Amino acid sequence: MSSIEFRKDLFADERDDNLNEIGKPTVRQDILGHVTGRSPYYDDHLFDGLLHLKCVRSPHHHARIRSIDTSAAERMPGVKRVIKPSDVPNNLNTLLSLINFGKDDEALLQGGKVSYVGEPIVAIVAETEHQARRAVDAVKVDYDVLPHVLDPEEAMKPEAPSVNEAYPNNTFDYHELYDHQKLRFGDTQAAFQAADHVVEGKYQLSPIEQAPTETCGAIAAPETNDRYVCYTGTQALFFSLGTTAKLLDMPSSRLHFVGGTVGGGFGGKVDSLHEPLAVLGAHLTGAPVKYVFDRQEEMQVGAPRGAERWYIKDGVMNDGRIVARQFTGIFDAGAYSRLSPYAIVKATGHLPGPYTIPNVSSNVYCVYTNRTPATAMRGFGITAVDFAIECHMDKVASQINMNPIELRIRNAYRDGDMKAHRRLAKNTALIECCQVAAQKAGVRLSPELMADSSLRGGGTPERIEIPETLTDDYGKIGDRRRSNIPIHPGEGTGQQSRVAAGVRGEQVVAAPAQDTDMVIEPGRDGYRGPSSGEKLPQAPQTMAPIQPTPYPEAETAAQPVTAAPAPPPPPTTPPPTASPPAATPQQSAQPTPYQPDKPFDRGVKRPGVSRFLSGSRRR
Amino acid sequence: MSKKPLQFTLNGSPTAVFANGGANLLDVLRREVGDLTPKYGCGQGTCGTCTILIDGEPHLGCLTLAESVEGRSVETTGGLANGPDLHPLQKEFMEGFAAQCGFCTPGMLMAAKALLDQNPRPSREEVVEAISGNICRCTGYESIIDAILRASGQNVGRAV
Repeated sequence: MSSIEFRKDLFADERDDNLNEIGKPTVRQDILGHVTGRSPYYDDHLFDGLLHLKCVRSPHHHARIRSIDTSAAERMPGVKRVIKPSDVPNNLNTLLSLINFGKDDEALLQGGKVSYVGEPIVAIVAETEHQARRAVDAVKVDYDVLPHVLDPEEAMKPEAPSVNEAYPNNTFDYHELYDHQKLRFGDTQAAFQAADHVVEGKYQLSPIEQAPTETCGAIAAPETNDRYVCYTGTQALFFSLGTTAKLLDMPSSRLHFVGGTVGGGFGGKVDSLHEPLAVLGAHLTGAPVKYVFDRQEEMQVGAPRGAERWYIKDGVMNDGRIVARQFTGIFDAGAYSRLSPYAIVKATGHLPGPYTIPNVSSNVYCVYTNRTPATAMRGFGITAVDFAIECHMDKVASQINMNPIELRIRNAYRDGDMKAHRRLAKNTALIECCQVAAQKAGVRLSPELMADSSLRGGGTPERIEIPETLTDDYGKIGDRRRSNIPIHPGEGTGQQSRVAAGVRGEQVVAAPAQDTDMVIEPGRDGYRGPSSGEKLPQAPQTMAPIQPTPYPEAETAAQPVTAAPAPPPPPTTPPPTASPPAATPQQSAQPTPYQPDKPFDRGVKRPGVSRFLSGSRRR
Repeated sequence: MSKKPLQFTLNGSPTAVFANGGANLLDVLRREVGDLTPKYGCGQGTCGTCTILIDGEPHLGCLTLAESVEGRSVETTGGLANGPDLHPLQKEFMEGFAAQCGFCTPGMLMAAKALLDQNPRPSREEVVEAISGNICRCTGYESIIDAILRASGQNVGRAV
């Protein structure tokens, strides 16, 4: 029943088959424990006098807590301790604060405003799980129910309720300047105008629960040396340790965390929700405390893969070349950040998928809604946009009547190509994948396509070029915030508050990825100035010329068509006269692309950080 | 909830504990007896990771009243191996990579044992039916089915 097939004929010269383990069956080192049932999952540690912790959870999507009455619960049989929000020493955190990313936005126990169904408010520690549940039912919380928002595009509208108090605009602040993550490569607007077809599509993915067979949980107990031991099913032991130390304001030297045996995780066990409460319970009662999700909590409260919505717009030529691709991505982070902002950084670095496209732009938003906070799951940040891209490739193929596999091969990235985030592609294999897939599916491709290779045709001067990239009148690659962006290009910046993110979420989804009144500005990355061979109108002194990006194809055959297109219509509102001086001499500002220290080869290299990935400017 | 004496045979050994009235068998095995091999997955009878054998029949520990096994024979994964000698099912699970996180494995093994004890040479369909109440989330069903078939002495192509 083996379903794995090794194609050793592909890239045969790049692989050492004389290896001891790779490509051969092996026996897992931990499997003896698995088949004898002795692998030590966190719940397999027995403690005398183990107490059980259960949480009072919000039944509302969005509500302000007026009062919490725990007096009846405290008198219930078996109740050892009622933990209130005020009992948490440092009750505000965000998971990635440990790597200095994002503002603290989430309380361990929420005493102010609950923002999703199931948000924990009070924790009860009791002798048995049953007693803890009974006491949970006896806690009276008085809510002032607030309007809620469950759709991310609704949440981006100005009138939407503010979900997350740290981010009142309902969008994560990248670098404390931008309400979205941005990618600009070339000039998509000009390329759309020159394209034979423009194909648009909208794609979305629902949230997905990881649903591990072992639900998330932890057991904490005081040790004799004034430390706390914590057995946990976490996938991220040091995140859990750091988060616990921060929330409990406790030096991590007092925390003895034991993990590593995880009963399935798939990303759902990185949020460190259980360890801080279990340790706090052990701290406040002096006894071992277990805090575990039951299956219903795992499904309702456990963080899923977040929902995503993607709008893709492609400019395509009749011969199948995709000359421009524009994305608007909207991530539903749920009520709190967790890992969603990071997923967007990942997604942006991945655009435009495994294809070499000369003009790419994207705006990707991390939006807060009154839904369960989203977190990691298997390839999060990539999976949904890849789904969207590949669906869109099929749509493009059908629009231009081309076989979808052929379309992919014609646009595939090749070794040495420049990607939109200004890194060279390497170890590419899409063409070979397409060829094998065509064979398996019985799709006949031309001999020319079947003989193509990822190793050839890449890295040519045209394909390695970083194109000129448009900037706005502030010298930025597009606006930072929706508040600065006119709903319709050229309308000016009359809107003071957030811009409508779409009428019923359909018409204007977010900031347009590129405004028509943007110009190429000297001094920006990628600026080369008008090349001497081209006869372009000279720039007025106050403003750099609007100029199409010369795509590689333009320099060969289609010179008259694409090299001198009609300039875009002038914006109805002229840019402010205070635009930066554009008369600086044309210095050759073409940036040197990333080059590895050693000559390019197909070995695995650790990627560095691209300073071009976002629109951020160093402050 | 008073504690009541409870006697049964666990993996061939006579066992006596005091169990809370109304406690489920999984809790009693794990907390009172200390046999941690059956796992708690959902507590509502949907995942099968607490599968144990009562008089040779597979049952879900989390939905079985502890009192109901009075005087009966209970088998768990803890009793599969004979000292260092593994049960054929355990060997085949090991060599066939039929466990990833290992959390569903004890339940899978007990469901498989119940099948092979009744039907020493099951068909592939019968194996699938026998483990249909056991959920594996690391998605290893194929290798689990293969391992069970091999443990029954049937020659199945090995993965990879």
